[in-house]
Amino acid sequence: MAEAAIPTAPVITFSTRAQALDRLRRSDAIFHVLTRAAAMTLLAILGGVIVSLFIGSLPAFNAFGFNFVFEERWNPVTERFGALAPIYGTVITSFIAMLIAVPIGLMIALFLTELCPMWLRRPLGIAIELLAGIPSIIYGIWGLFLFAPFLQSTLQPLLIATFGNVPFLSSLFEGPPYGIGVLTASLILAIMVLPFITSISRDVFEAVPPVLKEAAYGIGCTTWEVFRNVVLPYTRVGVIGGFMLGLGRALGETMAVTFVIGNAHKISASILAPGTTISATIANEFTEAVGDIYTSSLIALGLILFVITFIVLAIARYLLARIERRIG
Amino acid sequence: MRFIPAIVTCGVLAATGLSPVNAADISGAGATFPYPIYAKWADAYKKETGSSLNYQSIGSGGGIKQIQAKTVAFGATDMPLSGPELNKDGLTQFPTVLGGVVPVINIEGVKPGELTLDGATLARMFMGQIKTWNDPAIAKLNPGVKLPTQAVVVVHRSDGSGTTFVFTDYLSKVHADWKTKVGASTAVEWPAGLGAKGNEGVANNVAQTKGAIGYVEYAYAKQTKLNYTKMVNLDGKAVAPTSASFTAAAANANWEGTPGFGVILTNQSGPESWPIAAATFILMHKKPQKPADSAEALKFFTWAYTKGGKMAEDLDFVPMPEKVVGAVQKSWAEIKDDKGQPVFAASK
Repeated sequence: MAEAAIPTAPVITFSTRAQALDRLRRSDAIFHVLTRAAAMTLLAILGGVIVSLFIGSLPAFNAFGFNFVFEERWNPVTERFGALAPIYGTVITSFIAMLIAVPIGLMIALFLTELCPMWLRRPLGIAIELLAGIPSIIYGIWGLFLFAPFLQSTLQPLLIATFGNVPFLSSLFEGPPYGIGVLTASLILAIMVLPFITSISRDVFEAVPPVLKEAAYGIGCTTWEVFRNVVLPYTRVGVIGGFMLGLGRALGETMAVTFVIGNAHKISASILAPGTTISATIANEFTEAVGDIYTSSLIALGLILFVITFIVLAIARYLLARIERRIG
Repeated sequence: MRFIPAIVTCGVLAATGLSPVNAADISGAGATFPYPIYAKWADAYKKETGSSLNYQSIGSGGGIKQIQAKTVAFGATDMPLSGPELNKDGLTQFPTVLGGVVPVINIEGVKPGELTLDGATLARMFMGQIKTWNDPAIAKLNPGVKLPTQAVVVVHRSDGSGTTFVFTDYLSKVHADWKTKVGASTAVEWPAGLGAKGNEGVANNVAQTKGAIGYVEYAYAKQTKLNYTKMVNLDGKAVAPTSASFTAAAANANWEGTPGFGVILTNQSGPESWPIAAATFILMHKKPQKPADSAEALKFFTWAYTKGGKMAEDLDFVPMPEKVVGAVQKSWAEIKDDKGQPVFAASK
């Protein structure tokens, strides 16, 4: 009944032009209010999270001041907390992960768009999307049970033996091969962010107008030259967006890292040693955190992660703006 | 990043109270260590009486917070509260089952129970001072055992845990350096090694890492078939972790003289005593807001004391000695309703 009434409704209201316009204006206004409300909700949630993190972390900052950020010790017994070890772990694991995932991701995307035979394109593309859909806990369990023992018996002894006598590098790859540690966490993170970087890069590479590439090939460019001088400049904003999405995931990744990083509140020169990250620390310790200062210190860690993510995004925006200006 | 809000939300939920499940007649929250036996008891109890127990194993710290916030009928903790702490919140405390913490190792060529350690050696290993398995300190305790030159890899808990409290409390009692430098708590600043989440995390890491030493609840050591060590106890005797040696540790404790039966069973005297034994505890309000709920909870624990012993043994827990159970049930008279009447009369 009601459905039948709808198509006839406009006919009745079109009796006068003013009424019709009024009606359209009203629906426009409602639409405007609705979309704006949706956008404001986002801001309200974000603001609420920041405010509650800030209030929650006040006792910790009152007790330790800004020393909290530069102190390595994390002692629940004497209630002396410092965030430096988790901050370091978060940054270094994400850095190594990006170092590995960015070139590989770009190469996969390039292969998929430029070189891959048609019949292989679909299976490869689906494989990447499947990789992105695996929950992080699965990566964690896989990392702990299969990947870490594998590294312990193969890659890590190799690294220790190879770089044992090289100055500087020897301290980077020092110590007994635990299997789990900063390097293992970084490798798992690299695998986890790879699909983000790859699929976004592929999508933007595909958006490059064929005529540009054909012109470049036409004047004798190699595939590498086309990629370097045509595809990459054309798509840099999108590609960097993909990096940022991947980096965001790496910085905040919790479960997979908790399983394989070794959870030690220490800063070691060696990337084979156990470490910890901000999110792993929170996940490990929140349930059993007794006392206001302990809980507050964990919330303060959350706030710091927020700030780190913000700084990373700001730097990315700045770099992007600079490239835009230079190239014009 | 996106996990942080979720975790904070969980924390907020835990702090403000988990909404009780409608079907549950009895609500409790706390320690993860006794969770397997509480779950098994709850299942059998439901079949027998129709009343169900909703136990959230959120950790001892969470259990203490929940009972303080009065969102549950009982809280559960592995780290007993002291007399003043109990009085501050008007709580009463009693033990339910016993268990033990066991050092587990992964050394090639060493059979289960073949290796013996003492407290000081264990403490020095966990401080990173004993770096290889053929260290003279270990060799001295184990004449005739072939020890490899392998590096010692220490594995500890990364999450806060009652198991860690029991273990570090023992090390504090037997090694002065450990007491001053590290101390005893559900989470400590570990001087060495790597952290793993939960008993199963430690068990997995030890099982996979050659030269590893860790500590887990006895039940996990047994179920995962890990290689355990014997320990030299206070009387200087080497004992293996068994139900009998846990019971022996409990037998010599001064239960009734300790407020809230809060005996910490580490380093107890007696030739048979396992030095790292522990009881797990229940916390309840002396003046509960809902006396009927407390009565239901006490009914459940009465049933567990009388009929739950066999089930506990099946899961490698040790039932409380009868003498202690009697004293505990007498102490329940302290739990009173608004009119000052005990909420539950133990039918003895």
